[in-house]
Amino acid sequence: MFKITTEVITGEEVREAVEGPDAGAVVLFFGTVRNNTHGRPVRCLEYEAYPPMAEKKMAEIAQEISEKWGLHRVAMIHRVGKLEIGEVSVAVAVASPHRKDGFEACKYAMDRLKQIVPIWKREVWADGAAEWVKPDAVFFDAPKPHKTDPQTD
Amino acid sequence: MNVTVKYFAVCHEMLDRSEEEMDLPEGATVKTILQRLEEEWPEIAEFYEVMQMSVNWEYATENTELTEGDEVALIPPVTGGLDV
Repeated sequence: MFKITTEVITGEEVREAVEGPDAGAVVLFFGTVRNNTHGRPVRCLEYEAYPPMAEKKMAEIAQEISEKWGLHRVAMIHRVGKLEIGEVSVAVAVASPHRKDGFEACKYAMDRLKQIVPIWKREVWADGAAEWVKPDAVFFDAPKPHKTDPQTD
Repeated sequence: MNVTVKYFAVCHEMLDRSEEEMDLPEGATVKTILQRLEEEWPEIAEFYEVMQMSVNWEYATENTELTEGDEVALIPPVTGGLDV
């Protein structure tokens, strides 16, 4: 199960998608909305995604995990829209025969998600300002495009 | 030929639209689209280093050739999953 959703994420959807009698471990990860970024108070977050490509890239990550660790089932779900502090933005479940591989594969899934899955986060600060974010820093403020007058000569 | 071009996040905001149809000449590549966008948004060139492009849901380069009906997207740096 690889899904972009506007609904609240409970975790049950990804856990149920990976469970099975051959699993000795199910590792479940939640990403949640934190109330600050580097100490600056955050009011809420807004997520946007390119759903068909995001779901395709999530499935590719699961395929990578399958090739790297063997028998693993992976499910990933990411929420889009406006999320309040404490809400779950992403959930990943990995089922594996043993816990060690499951933990490693779950970390790998999240690392890869942040690299290749087209989802974007906009931070809305407590003071009302808002900006799009890149992985390590604020990407850039979004000035309006520079409009040039049509060339007449 | 006609292709659909999608804009997300900061690109959506800068261009003030989320997608459009473009009529391109035969043999057009992803670069052809970028060149068109530069006319409207010259600063876009500054972001090429961090921005990626996709064609039909797969990452592409500016040399990727386009065909009728392709879905192209500008992909700003991705930030799913929070700082976790």
